[in-house]
Amino acid sequence: MSRGGKLVNMIIGLEVHCQLDTKSKLFCGCSTDYRDDGPNTHSCPICSGLPGSLPSINKKAVEYAIRVAKSLKCEICEESEFSRKNYFYPDLPKGFQITQYDHPLALKGILTIDDDEGLEKIVRITRIHLEEDPGRLVHKGGVDRPKYTLVDYNRSGIPLIEIVTEPDLRSPQEARRYLQKLRATLEYLSVFDSEKEGSLRVDANISIEGSERVEVKNITSYKGVEKALTFEYTRQKNALRRGQKIIRETRHFVEGRGVTTSSRSKEMEQDYRYFPEPDLLPLRVKEWSEKISLPELPDARRERFIEQYSCSPIHAKTLTGDLKVAEFYEKVAKINPVLCATWVADTLLGELYYRNMSVQAVPHERFIELIAILDAGKITEKSAVEVLRNLLDQIKDSGICESPNECIVRLNLGKTGGDAITKAVGEVISEQKTAIKDLKNGKKGAMNFLVGQVMKKIRGRGDPQEINLLLEQALSPGDE
Amino acid sequence: MIDENDVRHIAELADVTVTSGELKKFTSQFNTILEYFDTLDCVEGVTNERTDRCNNFREDEVTHSLPQEELLANASEKEEGFFKAPKVM
Ligand SMILES: [Zn+2]
Repeated sequence: MSRGGKLVNMIIGLEVHCQLDTKSKLFCGCSTDYRDDGPNTHSCPICSGLPGSLPSINKKAVEYAIRVAKSLKCEICEESEFSRKNYFYPDLPKGFQITQYDHPLALKGILTIDDDEGLEKIVRITRIHLEEDPGRLVHKGGVDRPKYTLVDYNRSGIPLIEIVTEPDLRSPQEARRYLQKLRATLEYLSVFDSEKEGSLRVDANISIEGSERVEVKNITSYKGVEKALTFEYTRQKNALRRGQKIIRETRHFVEGRGVTTSSRSKEMEQDYRYFPEPDLLPLRVKEWSEKISLPELPDARRERFIEQYSCSPIHAKTLTGDLKVAEFYEKVAKINPVLCATWVADTLLGELYYRNMSVQAVPHERFIELIAILDAGKITEKSAVEVLRNLLDQIKDSGICESPNECIVRLNLGKTGGDAITKAVGEVISEQKTAIKDLKNGKKGAMNFLVGQVMKKIRGRGDPQEINLLLEQALSPGDE
Repeated sequence: MIDENDVRHIAELADVTVTSGELKKFTSQFNTILEYFDTLDCVEGVTNERTDRCNNFREDEVTHSLPQEELLANASEKEEGFFKAPKVM
């Protein structure tokens, strides 16, 4: 099943549903800004499916979908149309979902990602279509044995695009990278807000070469995709090893437990009796789509970062992989863009992740000041990290922070002057006779010990290389 | 023309129970309705050609939703602002 630990024969295709960030719903004027409000407060006769109501198409939603299609280099269809997908479930007040079936908005695109070897890989996009989000269900009486269902139609009618890939992905990690790249692209297009809860949902088709494929539904996070696919791969592999057959089925991902469960009992019969939506006219948007221009996308921005700021390719990729990070970097890359790239990509992002904070919470001026102080050699890298951590903790607690200078003074982190270091070096040399003997006998590690002792005296506020040099000078045979 | 099996299948998809008496009755009613379409097909000037009209867009503007009480007014059962439905999982 695996060769050198790599999953060689895993075949994955993804169907990604993203909420488009319009102000109003797809077919009615209800506000999409429902997350802080009570249930059933953002619904009207159209999106709650009252008889006699008529849908009309939100032009912005179509424009957003076209932007996505163009950015994924899809072919916009000359004519597309909406269809009714009929099924009986309480999240659909009309008894059908308005979606696109045999005439989708766009076909045949690509998205470039890195494969597991770090090489460029093209993932083929099968199609992109527009549809309405169903309502939200709350299963009451425990997850395992629900007693009844509560229904909220605030989400009903939110515009969604479904982006379907060919079965081109070969590992859970590739699937995660595809999603990350897709998310970045959608955010660059200003059509999607990944921070809104439930704004992205994924169904994954996964099979082991030569076996039936299994559909895993209900994946709602980026990390969830990798987890669900890893679990499912292991489950299928073990079943095959035991001589069992993989049956073609739909399974549900249970995020909390990191497992997929068979949902055959819950599965509705797959007979959706699609037919064209008689209440809507077809879309003919190819001509219009040619006039819709696209902003700079992640790949182009990455190239520009390398060119304009001399970022390393790895830093440029990290910085442009998230729109907000890219924007932050460009605002703070004033003094020393290369140093800044290292600090944003390698230090800041990690510290933010650790605190579960967004880069948007970081005040640009404070970060610029910190980099300026570091760049001028007034504090050590180690102290700068300490300042950054202090400032982030303050922001996390109160939303504001002191200036880096105030922090440096308060914590007494200013780099210790030359005299104090020289004095500390002298003291250490007279105190640590044994270590110096070890050093002269060629014992490795003795120098590090001595540097550490000097650092201890000046409470870490010195540059280790500088101390090293001073110690070497003080101990060189000529001075004996 | 459709037969009783089609009607039974459609009833199952819609989660509706039908008695054998109803099955007979609905089958004949369904077929009567379908015959109307055959009649329509014979009318001069009626075609199933696609319309030239397209793109019935509206601008992305927010309009008023219904107040919660009004939206729930016809619900046979409700709870804390939600519609209440039988368990589905
Ligand atoms: Zn509405």
